Amino acid sequence: MGSVFRFHTDVDTDQIIPSQYLLFATIDEMKVHTFESLDREFASKVQPGDFVVAAENFGCGSSREQAPAVLKALGVKAVLAKSFARIFYRNAINIGLPVIVCKDLYDHVENGDSMELSLTEGVARANGQEFVCTKLPAYMQGILDQGGLIASLNREEEG
Amino acid sequence: MGMTIAEKIIAAAAGVESVKPGDIHTVEVDQLMSNDGTTHLTIDMYYQKLTRPRIADVKKLVWIVDHNVPSDSPKTAAAQKKMRDFAKEHGIPFYEGKGVCHQLMMENHVRPGELIFGADSHTCAYGALGAFGTGVGCTDYLYAMVTGKSWVLVPETLRFHLVGKLPEGVYARDLILTIIGQIGANGANYKAMEFGGEGLASLTMSDRISVCNLCVEAGAKTALMEVDEVALEYLKERGRTPKHLFASDEDAVYAKEYTIDLSAIKPVVAKPHFVDQVADAKTCTGVKIDEAFLGSCNNGRLEDLRVGAELLKGRKVHPLVRFLVVPASGEVYRQALEEGVLQIFMEAGAIVMNANCSVCWGSCQGVIGEGETLISTGTRNFKGRAGHADSFVYLASAATVTASAIKGEIATADML
Repeated sequence: MGSVFRFHTDVDTDQIIPSQYLLFATIDEMKVHTFESLDREFASKVQPGDFVVAAENFGCGSSREQAPAVLKALGVKAVLAKSFARIFYRNAINIGLPVIVCKDLYDHVENGDSMELSLTEGVARANGQEFVCTKLPAYMQGILDQGGLIASLNREEEG
Repeated sequence: MGMTIAEKIIAAAAGVESVKPGDIHTVEVDQLMSNDGTTHLTIDMYYQKLTRPRIADVKKLVWIVDHNVPSDSPKTAAAQKKMRDFAKEHGIPFYEGKGVCHQLMMENHVRPGELIFGADSHTCAYGALGAFGTGVGCTDYLYAMVTGKSWVLVPETLRFHLVGKLPEGVYARDLILTIIGQIGANGANYKAMEFGGEGLASLTMSDRISVCNLCVEAGAKTALMEVDEVALEYLKERGRTPKHLFASDEDAVYAKEYTIDLSAIKPVVAKPHFVDQVADAKTCTGVKIDEAFLGSCNNGRLEDLRVGAELLKGRKVHPLVRFLVVPASGEVYRQALEEGVLQIFMEAGAIVMNANCSVCWGSCQGVIGEGETLISTGTRNFKGRAGHADSFVYLASAATVTASAIKGEIATADML
């Protein structure tokens, strides 16, 4: 079980992590500023295992991988949205953060609701309802299953 | 079945006869550009995460320090030093303080038919020279740097047939903002945007870079233009040759086709806080501004500076406005200096700065404060993009930005 943090349409990567923190030395230094222009307390409220739920085009804008990386570092279990912007989507899979297209969830949950997610079934459960999520293409699911792109490269090299 | 330009470039990079949208292919990447926005993290992963750290082909890499130049804090200096030291140690082609990464890539590196990864979303600008440029994060970048390869999901293509000519006083920026306003911020998500048709011939290389550069603001994976005489001349002047000259087949399949009449485009602005909130500039006149910015990989070329200088001749920047003028590269800066363009800006009271990303990325010189309004030729107007989270950014052409800097409020050039 985790809590829902709900965001609107077209949340861009500048909202997830603003430019002025991107050159900090580490993701851990940056993560306290996650979503600060939308919710100043997000980084202190979010707990490992919580979920980010959004409407359309989540993660649009800049290619900064810091955006999915700060969410992962804060322990966000998965981001579920009606749709994602492509660079954010690809970056998230590459670092092993589950990003899941779930068309109906957003309209049926509120901030702070409890929800569960079964990654293997591809089903989210909240408020007594089940929401079926879209499956990732097998290639991308393979990257995610191995813990991200670099982990899969290392595994290949270790043969 | 015929193929689009995007499909042909992926097929060539994958070493296969043909590809179709939805296929995933392993491709050879021709060039790999990275800048100071993320490279320090790529380097950390290189040393900390890889079982076998190596670089497949150092000649494919181009590293450019352009986002915070000169550095603005000890933290920035440390990130840039890490990048500088690594580039030196490994012999990576390296630029610092020479201009915005995409302008430097266009001036010095991009070739038609190449597949190029850039660790920056506006890499789609390279389509102005018929190259498949796409933005990636540092993990994708690192994987390609180590292996020379990556995986690509073949995108569907949206085709934009351009007809007619832009009217006097209307610019490429107005054109691409109008298109983004029409299709929306995710209108081209996961797709390629392809531009061609008779109207393309009337667009200069500078115009074309402006158009392709902004396509990511509609979500596009890449933007591509047909390579014609104008593009080949630009390439030849710079001593480069195409890798491949691809045109879309007559029976290529498009997800959707649009005909855009250039002669019907008007001056527009994108209103806070979304690039697709596009409105006729006349509907926003009178909005007070605190700062104006003429620069960026989108509109910091000599052609843009000339437009601004022409309007400023014999006029002054409004006393309550800071007008930042930032050439996109050292080459642009020198030419603008030699032509007397920079002198016009300085005499009019503008602040002329060194070539860099400047306030377009909101983390260095020129950021705006709480409640302030900026009109900008930069790439984005997201909330907080140019400084304080509660500030406002309007995007517009060089002409509208300069006219606004003179009037102290949003104005179009014909109102001067």
